[in-house]
Amino acid sequence: MKNVIKGIAAAAVIAMPVAAFAEAESDDPIIIVQNNWTSQLVLSYVVGKVLEEKGYTVEYAPSDSQLQFQAIADGDMHFQVEAWEGSMKSAFEKAVENGMIDAGTHSALTREEWWIPNYVLETCPGAGSWQGLDRCAEQFATAETKPKGRFVGPPADWGKNYADRIDALEMNFEAINVGQAATLWAELQSAYDRKEPIVLFNWTPNFIESKFEGQFVDFPAPSAACNEVKEWGPNPNATGDCGAPHSGWLKKAAWSGLAEKYPGAWSVMQNVDFSNSQIAAAALLVDVDGMEPEEAAEKWIEDNADVVASW
Amino acid sequence: MTDATANGHKVKTDAAFKMPSYWASVFAITLLALLFHVIMPGVLPDRWWPEWEIPAEEWLTTRIEWLKSEATIFGIAFKDITRAIGEALKAPVKWAEYVLYRGHANIAWIWLAIILAGVVSYVSTLRNAFIACVLFLSPIFLAFFLGDAAPEAITSLPKTLSGLLKDIGAKALYGPVPWVAIAVGIALLGHWIGGWRLALLCALSMVYLALFNVWKDTMRTMTIVVVAVPMAAFIGVVLGIWVTRSKLAARIITPVFDLMQAVPHMAYLAPVAALFALGPVTALIATVVFAMPPMARCTILALQTVPEEIIESGKMSGCTRSQSLWKVALPSGKRTLMLGINQVVMQTFAMVVIASIAGAQGLGHKLLYSLQQLKLGTAIELGIAISVVAIVLDRLTQGYADKETDHFAAVKSWGQQHKHMLIFLIVLVLTYIAAIWFRDVVIPPSKLVYTGAEGKVTLFDPKVLARWMDGGIREFNKNAFDYINPIRDWVTLNFLIPVRNFFLWMPWPVFVFVVGAAAWRYGGLSVLLLCLSLMASFIVTGFWEETMKTTYLVLIAALLCVLIGVPLGIWAARSDRFAKILMPVCDTLQTFPSFIYLIPAIMLFRVGDFANVFAIIPYAMVPAIRYTYLGLKRIPQVTVEAAIANGTTKWQRLWKVELPVAIPEIMLGLNQTIMMALAMTAITALIGSTDLGQEVVRSISTQNFGRGILAGFFIAALGIIADRIIGSWANERKKQLGIG
Repeated sequence: MKNVIKGIAAAAVIAMPVAAFAEAESDDPIIIVQNNWTSQLVLSYVVGKVLEEKGYTVEYAPSDSQLQFQAIADGDMHFQVEAWEGSMKSAFEKAVENGMIDAGTHSALTREEWWIPNYVLETCPGAGSWQGLDRCAEQFATAETKPKGRFVGPPADWGKNYADRIDALEMNFEAINVGQAATLWAELQSAYDRKEPIVLFNWTPNFIESKFEGQFVDFPAPSAACNEVKEWGPNPNATGDCGAPHSGWLKKAAWSGLAEKYPGAWSVMQNVDFSNSQIAAAALLVDVDGMEPEEAAEKWIEDNADVVASW
Repeated sequence: MTDATANGHKVKTDAAFKMPSYWASVFAITLLALLFHVIMPGVLPDRWWPEWEIPAEEWLTTRIEWLKSEATIFGIAFKDITRAIGEALKAPVKWAEYVLYRGHANIAWIWLAIILAGVVSYVSTLRNAFIACVLFLSPIFLAFFLGDAAPEAITSLPKTLSGLLKDIGAKALYGPVPWVAIAVGIALLGHWIGGWRLALLCALSMVYLALFNVWKDTMRTMTIVVVAVPMAAFIGVVLGIWVTRSKLAARIITPVFDLMQAVPHMAYLAPVAALFALGPVTALIATVVFAMPPMARCTILALQTVPEEIIESGKMSGCTRSQSLWKVALPSGKRTLMLGINQVVMQTFAMVVIASIAGAQGLGHKLLYSLQQLKLGTAIELGIAISVVAIVLDRLTQGYADKETDHFAAVKSWGQQHKHMLIFLIVLVLTYIAAIWFRDVVIPPSKLVYTGAEGKVTLFDPKVLARWMDGGIREFNKNAFDYINPIRDWVTLNFLIPVRNFFLWMPWPVFVFVVGAAAWRYGGLSVLLLCLSLMASFIVTGFWEETMKTTYLVLIAALLCVLIGVPLGIWAARSDRFAKILMPVCDTLQTFPSFIYLIPAIMLFRVGDFANVFAIIPYAMVPAIRYTYLGLKRIPQVTVEAAIANGTTKWQRLWKVELPVAIPEIMLGLNQTIMMALAMTAITALIGSTDLGQEVVRSISTQNFGRGILAGFFIAALGIIADRIIGSWANERKKQLGIG
């Protein structure tokens, strides 16, 4: 008996260095980037599972939404299913210059803009437009911003300068920038529960629309002239006196080596296309039905078998 | 007057005799300077002159760019070297993943090798078993050493086998180690180290992880921990030995370590992410770098405190230099070394949670995701899981450090000595067999479901509990907001904002003068020079404003921590019953991930400095409580008795005897509180701030690494300034009290 145990121990000892260093997988995994919001997670799993079905090994790597593009350009990560025009445009374009591949645009359109919950309209009926909102700015004031209203803005590094727009439109608001998206939602949830007026940065598609009722605030429609010609727009003395695009793109990003290394997977990635309603449905499974993102992806594939088949 | 109280008084008068003249003049000069600044603004500079600014930020950023793209060492591109290191580290991480939660064909192969070895050693000799084993494992060796050059037919053997095993239904064999086996293993380890109590703690903790559906994420986190801990420990020991051997090394490495420990966790991510590929490897490297200094420190301490007699006796027995190190000095310092391991494990675990920002899967990633979705209940469950794992790791490593050598080992049979190991092996084999039929043995189910005659009944679902907690927090917020908000507004308007504005308004020479005066008074020339150069670093590089915002936030948070923490510590020192409640609370506060405080803080207080201060306090308060408690508990019994014998009341004794004696210790607690508050500014940046912490966090996503590294360094600089001044003060005071 003692000999047997010694034998086993010997085997374990021999196996150990092997266990520490060996790598027997001949087919390298495709690494899909994951961010920390619902739709992106579910869609990543959807694409991942489709690729796995086709026999590829897939791994998921969490990443920051700005850092990821350089990682994709370098080939450290391979595919990102959701790249947003509003918050990621500059990082995306910089990475494309460095060799990242723009793998096509989804049918889904995105919008990022000031947003109010619907109950705000009861106390401030004109809040749907920027002039109307500005007239009841004081309703949105807090101790620090009084008498100006408070606009809860996106993290400073998302590359949007709302302070400038407020100045350009001469609005009676002050932008308070949060540090991360979760902070926006915490502010919204807290105000929403107490029916307190709030105006904050929001975007679509995301899980907020399935949980909170509200609408975007209309600003003067954007145009190239708005940012170049002072006379353009409501304020003749300033540029930038307009809103964000109503229909921004949602793109896919890929590593340049994919086409050569995994031609089959690459063609799937090029074909992958989500619409607004499909993205909302995917997010809903998690945010309202309480599924895990991975389960939700399985359910989504089941529900959209024909869509998946067309890739 | 009693001896004890007289002593207390004497100290006071002593200090009172010296201090006013020095501090009164410092105070007067400061006041005059500030008055002058009010009357004639603009004469005293409130900012460094832009034309004299040192462009450290651009310089660092271009250096890093250069390292990444152009630098070469012996003709090999630096980038290729970091890449190669990253690739090499991927393998152990991957194997940890296979074993802990993923499963892989190679695992089945190793199992078969072990069975084969067992069988061969039974029917033949140990030597033959060894040979059989090596031969059998050769495909895995080949695949590793030859890479793509290895013949496909051989390297694909394990994979072919897994297909075969799948067909005969023995899928379990190539799965990860079943959770039941790991849980039992941890409990057995607990029993071996600390008896039934620790075993019970371990077992309950494992059950929590399984019940709350966080097992897989815990294992994901542990993959980095199990790889990082040995690496950090090894590097730490080597550096520690080097420092004790070489004066030059000591001179270079010691201050680097001081700096490394003062830099917030978050600041490690940016530079590492800049040099290495993003992903688990970055997290691993940042973790190793962060967790290594305590090991080196403990090694140095262990080697330096070995009693001379032990070394002498080693020499007399004819030890060589290396024998004297490995066989004499290191073993005799085992306890200190194990404390080092304990520190490494704790730091590693704390870092892995934060490293999720740079691509580590696991508990931290899940936690951030839950917070992003406002799933506070789930976040709390995950937070508790993190605390639970941290506490188990702490108790196990600490228990092992305290464990006494079994002096009866020789009389016990082989089986008796290794009974924990044997039981674990049996459980391991049994669970693997059970896994063939029951998948729940491998990974715990997401909820407890009982399938009876009437159908399925859900016994326990962590999601339901989480939703219930969500509701509770929201309900509390809804009701409490109206009462809390006026307080928040008042404090913000009348206290926080004025203080912040003061710090921003103050000319920098005044700040330098006051800090310099304190450094000179307590630390002398060397501390003064150190503080001056550290202050110069953030003044001349154009970070004055951000640094002052951080200083203001941290000072206010530290003040509040002292106001809350010291009384709690006093109370705990008075009442053992309260101490028994408070100490576990402190453990939890310190291990509970501070991210979670952020969301309720925002809900209650909105974005702003009030929320920031509130989020810092729970974490930074702990040392204030602990050091006060320990400081009071460590007062010599004779001192206390002398005071009692002289008829002091309880309060007199506290104010006139105990607190003055304990004050150096309490000040060291304040020191730690400041360090932790500084580290927290990188986390409160997620609420929304414009200080150094925000720069650190933002640099990760904007890839402005120069800025991030500098901001991290300046946070450390503030910590070191506070540490040196307070530390010197406490030392001087201890000497005055005759307890230093």
